[in-house]
Amino acid sequence: MAAVRRRTGLLFWCALGWITLVLVLAIIAGVLPIPSPTDMDIFARRKGPSLAHLLGTDSLGRDVLARLIYGARISLSVGLLAPVIGLSIGGALGLLAGYFRGRFETFVTGGVDVVLAFPPLILAMAVTAYLGQSIVNLTLVLGFLGIPAFTRVARAATLTFSAREFVTAARALGAGHARIILKELLPNVALPLGAFFLLGVAVTIVVEGALSFLGLGVPPPAPSWGVMIGEGRESLEMAPALAFLPAVVMFLTVLSFNLVGDTLRALTDPRQGAL
Amino acid sequence: MLKLIGRRLLYLLPVLLAVSVLTFLVAALLPGDMAEVLLGDQATPETLAALRHDMGLDQPLLVRYFIWLSHVLQGDFGRSFRTGQTVLSAVAERLPISLELMLGAQLIGLSIGIPVAIICAVRQGSWFDRTMTGGAFGMLSVPSFLSAILLIWLFAVQFQILPATGYTPFSEDPWGNLRGFVLPALTLALGEWPVITRVLRSDMIATLQEDFIAMARAKGLKQSRILLVHALKPSSLTLVTVTGINIGRLIGGAVIVETIFAMPGIGRLLVTAIYSRDLMMLQGVVLLVASGFVMLNFIVDLLYATLDPRIRHGRG
Repeated sequence: MAAVRRRTGLLFWCALGWITLVLVLAIIAGVLPIPSPTDMDIFARRKGPSLAHLLGTDSLGRDVLARLIYGARISLSVGLLAPVIGLSIGGALGLLAGYFRGRFETFVTGGVDVVLAFPPLILAMAVTAYLGQSIVNLTLVLGFLGIPAFTRVARAATLTFSAREFVTAARALGAGHARIILKELLPNVALPLGAFFLLGVAVTIVVEGALSFLGLGVPPPAPSWGVMIGEGRESLEMAPALAFLPAVVMFLTVLSFNLVGDTLRALTDPRQGAL
Repeated sequence: MLKLIGRRLLYLLPVLLAVSVLTFLVAALLPGDMAEVLLGDQATPETLAALRHDMGLDQPLLVRYFIWLSHVLQGDFGRSFRTGQTVLSAVAERLPISLELMLGAQLIGLSIGIPVAIICAVRQGSWFDRTMTGGAFGMLSVPSFLSAILLIWLFAVQFQILPATGYTPFSEDPWGNLRGFVLPALTLALGEWPVITRVLRSDMIATLQEDFIAMARAKGLKQSRILLVHALKPSSLTLVTVTGINIGRLIGGAVIVETIFAMPGIGRLLVTAIYSRDLMMLQGVVLLVASGFVMLNFIVDLLYATLDPRIRHGRG
């Protein structure tokens, strides 16, 4: 068992390293010595790697590496910001529903069931199509769609913690609702919610990628990974790397968030051997 | 059992009603109504107002909702303003394609997922178990459009043994129809089997530690009989629930896969309606898909109860 644990530990640090690398590159993209991600060079289309273009150029002669790095900016900002919406609203709803119970809880869980009744991708597509495609709209819609899941996690965690002795003790000491929720429950619920947040980031990056791939997400001149994969698909026969490079980067990023999130979830999950 | 169905039905109706309200609101509150879409750029405020009046779009929201709902309840989901086809006939025409796709995906997914899960559970901790659990975890991070591209590149571009796009009706060319479904169904199945394996494996491990399994072993029953007859059914409870949740993922995945492989199913219908701003069609299809999804989960719930006597007789 020790060998297995050491291996997952190494993977965990690799995943964390990859996330940090992508995050740092995305943040400092503006000062990196790379070509512009939108400058086209019609005479250097689908060129292989060279000194001027480290990873080659795409079908319009744009630098692939630059597009990957600027794409990370878009994919990560949507991927990180949308779950923040879900985390704050869903977390608060779930916490209140799990603590106060009663009619409010019935209302919240009913609402969650209704939103979950819609296949999320379809709702996201319909709403972005009508609100107009922009990164802000996409983030808002994906954030809204994340609320039910966060509500469920927060409510479930709150239900178990509310029944614990330290809550009873706090109440016996005369603590009010606000104090119990903020000082006793929130720190405990924050752990599973945080782990779930990372899994939410992975899901959001995938959904953003799928929408952009279909041309319904991030509007085209912007280099999102999904857009790049969609464009690369057109020249799959001539230059498969144009689709595979962003695909691999996206896969590694999603996998890393899943790995880190799952490791944290397993740490906070008291059940032994929970997969 | 009847009482259970009644109780769940009582819950189903408000959810369906809320689904219809949300569908209506999304379509009604978003900017750009039908009148604008129909008249296009030449619209003047006067012609817009006149058309809105004709279409009843100037009525209060609540009135419009009830008019719409009464039409829906009479089976009139509206029609496409582009092709004139009614929503119901468009859906009826395309549903078999989506169903064949999802059924195929589920079949492939189950036929990979179940054996892998059983072997993993029996040989827990072996190299096979570790590779497969690791592989399943990795596969969960592969979005369907990535596996689609990989499969197209592999089977359509490199080996050229399967078509990359296109759909042939079964009545015209059964073999060509099945060939066309292989890659799309496989794409979806690649996302399905890891979920099936993960869920079934952990339930199976728990079941194998139960007394009745030890009893069966003590009686000298064959391993295959113990696994398939005694252990599989009690281990499949979570799998059934997850299947219900999975249908939602599958519908979302079908939208992407149908678009990539140019299959004229429900997903393609939705995407086309969105591209062409066909509001009525979009509204009708979303309502049908969402209600169908709610109803499926209702059935899955009941199935769950028939599998687990504790729920049937207990609190549920």
